[in-house]
Amino acid sequence: MSLPAYAGPLERIWYYAFRLICGLIFFFLIAPLVVIVPLSFNAVPFFTFTPEMLALDPAGYSLQWYEDFFSNENWHGAVKNSFFIAVFATLIATTLGTIGALGLSRSQMPYKSAVMAILISPMIVPLIISAAGMYFFYSKIGLASTHLGVILAHAALGTPFVVITVTATLVGFDQSLVRAAYNLGASPTVTFFKVIVPLILPGVISGALFAFITSFDEVVVILFVGSYEQRTIPWQMFSGIREQISPTILAVATMLILVSILLLTSLELIRRRGERLRGIRPG
Amino acid sequence: MQTDITDAAPQPLTTADGTPLKTSLARAERRNRLRALLLVAPLFLFILMFFLVPIGDMLFRSVENRIVGEVLHRTAPLLASWDETSGELPPEEVFRALVDDFKEGREARTIVKVGRRMNYEKSGMTSLFRGTARKAARLEAGPYKAALIKINKKWGEIETWQLLKRESAPVTLSYYLASVDLRFDDDGAIVRQPEDKQIYTQLFVRTLKLSGLITFLCLLLGYPISYLLATLPTRTSNLLMILVLLPFWTSLLVRTTAWIALLQKEGVINDTLVMLGLISNDNRLAMIHNATGTVIAMVHILLPFMVLPLYSVMKNIPPSYVRAARSLGATPLTAFLRVYLPNTVPGIGAGAILVFIIAIGYYITPALVGGVSGTLISNLIAYHMSSSLNWGLAAALGSVLLALVLVLYFLYDKVVGIDNMKMN
Repeated sequence: MSLPAYAGPLERIWYYAFRLICGLIFFFLIAPLVVIVPLSFNAVPFFTFTPEMLALDPAGYSLQWYEDFFSNENWHGAVKNSFFIAVFATLIATTLGTIGALGLSRSQMPYKSAVMAILISPMIVPLIISAAGMYFFYSKIGLASTHLGVILAHAALGTPFVVITVTATLVGFDQSLVRAAYNLGASPTVTFFKVIVPLILPGVISGALFAFITSFDEVVVILFVGSYEQRTIPWQMFSGIREQISPTILAVATMLILVSILLLTSLELIRRRGERLRGIRPG
Repeated sequence: MQTDITDAAPQPLTTADGTPLKTSLARAERRNRLRALLLVAPLFLFILMFFLVPIGDMLFRSVENRIVGEVLHRTAPLLASWDETSGELPPEEVFRALVDDFKEGREARTIVKVGRRMNYEKSGMTSLFRGTARKAARLEAGPYKAALIKINKKWGEIETWQLLKRESAPVTLSYYLASVDLRFDDDGAIVRQPEDKQIYTQLFVRTLKLSGLITFLCLLLGYPISYLLATLPTRTSNLLMILVLLPFWTSLLVRTTAWIALLQKEGVINDTLVMLGLISNDNRLAMIHNATGTVIAMVHILLPFMVLPLYSVMKNIPPSYVRAARSLGATPLTAFLRVYLPNTVPGIGAGAILVFIIAIGYYITPALVGGVSGTLISNLIAYHMSSSLNWGLAAALGSVLLALVLVLYFLYDKVVGIDNMKMN
């Protein structure tokens, strides 16, 4: 969107004003995340910049909130639970979701759109309603406040993402490759692992990432279905913000921002690999 | 096709083993269909068991009303044959049955639940049931009617019995009525709640208003940056896209925490304003624990959901359209309003409905930064689930919200199609 040569003075002003407005909006998007990082090194338990910090005095900074995080049993358990629950929920969601997507993408699948609507419903229903339903029902069948219950709940919330990403990958899938494999004497199992899996892998991995982050970030359902024993990082943050707010939360937040940067990078790498495999040159 | 083949060959075509081609084809298709179904089945059953059945259970809970009929199992059938419009109290046998039910319910400690259930309909019922149960345990012989009325004169009021009869039915509409600020009056007619008890419609209206405002602000902020991202060279726009995607991928609790740090009374924004001398130390702005806090934090959290669909639509609008309009003499404003804007309407529709749907069901952010004036309907559902324990009402409010969301999704599906949902 470069400025055309024939632009009048008014247009010139608007061109720069527009960029300024956009700059402010981008600032609004990113500033809250950036502000958290220095605040987490605060020497005093406040959520604000002290004069020492602004003067860049080393005495104004400390690592105590990180120390607190690494030495606190509550957070230890939270980190362990978060990974434990997210990994198993992702495994269930990815396995069921990928197989389901393979079935859904077959042209012979009857009632395709109705089934699809049902399968992605966990993504559509507001979380508070899913949480309410699961809370009532899981209590009835003895799954409330168990790790298994939380894993199943998170897996259900994660499957739609796997179904959507894998189905999207299968849209461009060339069925003649499968027929070619059969023709060359490959068994269905060999065909699946040697031909189908490598091609849909980017979809499966990004679906799995979505499912993982859904579970890792999820806070509403776990507040109701889980209890202290199943506390995850978001559970611990939520109760921390509600009860006594300490900058340890900011230290956790800073580390979570690092995690999301890692995640964003890996998603981008997967996308590029997918484009390369399908012969689309990045534009 | 079929006729062509049969016309060409005198005998119907068969496969190697002699079955007609048509039968064989049908069989193969059936097998394929079955194979597809088998692949989908595990996922379908999983979602059914651990997601849909719980939601259905919740919907059922919003009308379920067995407790009164179960605990007062002698009284309820007798009440069914009593004419509540006759203006007379039920006969002695009903009172007798009630005393028996009270004795049994007190032993089993179930009578308190009935009292609590009845209290949703009319206050004072908990103490009526608790008190009567205690005293009725000592009643040995009749006449029970006079004895009960002596224990509490409410048993001599026909309204108490009308209420009891209505609520001993196995299903009730009263939770749904309560969720839209209606109730049954003593005669069983549907009337509005008294003015001071009308909280739910107000809250639904507030939820819709705030969600509307949030959607509008997201559009206002999202449109310019989507346009910039769509028109810049790929390399630059990919870099700027990180500024949209990083917040999108960051935990919403992190973002909510950030806004608490920024907006609170002793927070970064107020400190800066005081330091710059724009406001005095005594009138720091109250930007959190009210509707303002909810709106600011939620616009920040939902903005990427507006930008991503807008961007993907704008990316596909050829720049030559606007150039053509300009060369035909349109001013920049006319070219934008008459050519560019109409082309982005699908993106606006998709983004706006998506943001609106997410906003009306939002729970966490309003719970943390909403205070009193910034809470939404979800917060009240959570309150009834975990604090007041009025699960029927929580379920009814949830069902109303769910219905609202499903209608909006139907619209979304019409506008963009759920299959086209963009996530990357």
